[in-house]
Amino acid sequence: MAGAFTPAEELVRLDQVSVRLDGREVLRSVSLVIGPGEFIGLIGPNGAGKTTIIRAILGLVPISRGSLVIEGGTRRRRDRSFGYVPQKLVIDPDAPLRVRDVVSLGLDGHRLGFPLPSRARRELIRETLASVGADRYADARIGELSGGEQQRVLIAHALIARPRLLLLDEPLANLDLRSEQSVVSLLARLVREQRISVLISAHDMNPLVPVMDRIVYVAGGRAASGRAEEVVRSDVLTELYGHHVDVIRVHDRILVVASPGVEEHTTTQPAELSVIGRAGA
Amino acid sequence: MFTGLMTDTWIAATIVAIIAGAVGFFTVLRGSAFAAHAIPNGAFAGAAGAWLIGLNPIIGLATFAVGASLAIASSRRARLDVVTALALVMMLGLGAFFFALSNEYASEIYSLLFGEVFGVAGSDLLPIAGLGLITIAILTLLFRPLLLSSSMPEVAEASGVRSRWMNVVFLLVMALATTLTVPVVGTLLMFSLMIGPAAAARSLTSRPLLAMAMSVGLALLTVWAGIAIAYESGWPLGFFVGTGGALVYVAARLWAGQRRPARRGHRWPPHDGPRREQPQTTS
Repeated sequence: MAGAFTPAEELVRLDQVSVRLDGREVLRSVSLVIGPGEFIGLIGPNGAGKTTIIRAILGLVPISRGSLVIEGGTRRRRDRSFGYVPQKLVIDPDAPLRVRDVVSLGLDGHRLGFPLPSRARRELIRETLASVGADRYADARIGELSGGEQQRVLIAHALIARPRLLLLDEPLANLDLRSEQSVVSLLARLVREQRISVLISAHDMNPLVPVMDRIVYVAGGRAASGRAEEVVRSDVLTELYGHHVDVIRVHDRILVVASPGVEEHTTTQPAELSVIGRAGA
Repeated sequence: MFTGLMTDTWIAATIVAIIAGAVGFFTVLRGSAFAAHAIPNGAFAGAAGAWLIGLNPIIGLATFAVGASLAIASSRRARLDVVTALALVMMLGLGAFFFALSNEYASEIYSLLFGEVFGVAGSDLLPIAGLGLITIAILTLLFRPLLLSSSMPEVAEASGVRSRWMNVVFLLVMALATTLTVPVVGTLLMFSLMIGPAAAARSLTSRPLLAMAMSVGLALLTVWAGIAIAYESGWPLGFFVGTGGALVYVAARLWAGQRRPARRGHRWPPHDGPRREQPQTTS
């Protein structure tokens, strides 16, 4: 995968990055490159380090070893060229914020003073909401929307500043099947039409397999990346997990199954590393 | 009731209501009602301490208000309740201690509990107005980052708005507001003016700026009506402002409930609910 883009094109490059939080090494020598227009799935069980990778890219957690280069080193980390949709956002249902206010805060929520209303601003908000299919509820209170609707609004919030990379942390968790599919196809369309890159984390890769260009599989703080068929293999994942796992194709799915008797060696619950893929990836 | 000495009362109460309404908007949005209770009540003990050693009680009030703010701001979110409560009880304990040392009945200090809105002097107005302007200027300047970090802290972090710093700044604004309003309306009225009108306003509108304006408007209404009725009836202002704040909230909720009953069904997305069923194999 490295070498597919020139260093100047690369949006993010992690080289042998380790992260320590509260004295515990949560990432160990993770390497990862994100190029323009790529749709990348960050897959792994809960607690594997997916959120830490995303937060490291955003500059929200310090790196203890290795290097992190953002846009070929031309930009500082704090520059807002990346959009972010965090995990499990709980919004107060009574908060006096309309959908359009949330999106508006994505444009200049970090600025001082009040926003000046203008026609261009209104139009930009409307366009952005329309691009994620949320223009119908622009005037609704954000806290009263369903999880899937809120997810779209948060994507619009992240998109309005025209980021080159969108980082989404478990956006599909807790969505019903239909919302899940519509969010995935929305993201795939954004990558195609607006040429932005998407890094999306998920504990279940099933819904993402049809649209992902590459997969970064994370387990126990380490990561392997490549095309799905290169990574979701028994030998690669066994190495990553540190104990034997089988990759089994059943009907339309790939199941990753821990071997009997390894529970005491694993840090993750066996149930969490069961279904991770679909055949034909 | 609009002449002579009462003019100063009206002006001071108006400034206080504007501050309480504006600070209250963010207090309720951030879920900091407990801090809004602890900071003014704890600061009261500071006034007692200052009085004991012969300082201006306002200095003690400000010192304890800032101290309480910093203590609360230093806490992690998960321990916020406990730290706020302990800051409050420690300061109240100190207050009791200071009173025991003094051996005198300090009416000047006890008046801080309910304020002396009818005893405001013309010379008090300038500092009140000055501190009030500073408070409003900070809230105006930080309106957007505060709105973002109060409602969606994780999202704010990614756009460079540090939630931690916003928290420190906001709690210091609350300490400033406390120092300014407590001598006028007292700790208890300050608390009810910060919560009731702001909580009512957000039931009435979903627009953030309008909600803040309505919060100020309702605080003004509560205080003005309270002063007028208290002046005419001779009953305590605390009774009218305290119950007024709560009644404004109840009325707003009832009105909102009538207006959007259908929405109530799916308010909270099931964030921590059981995951949808999917075929899984375990070893």
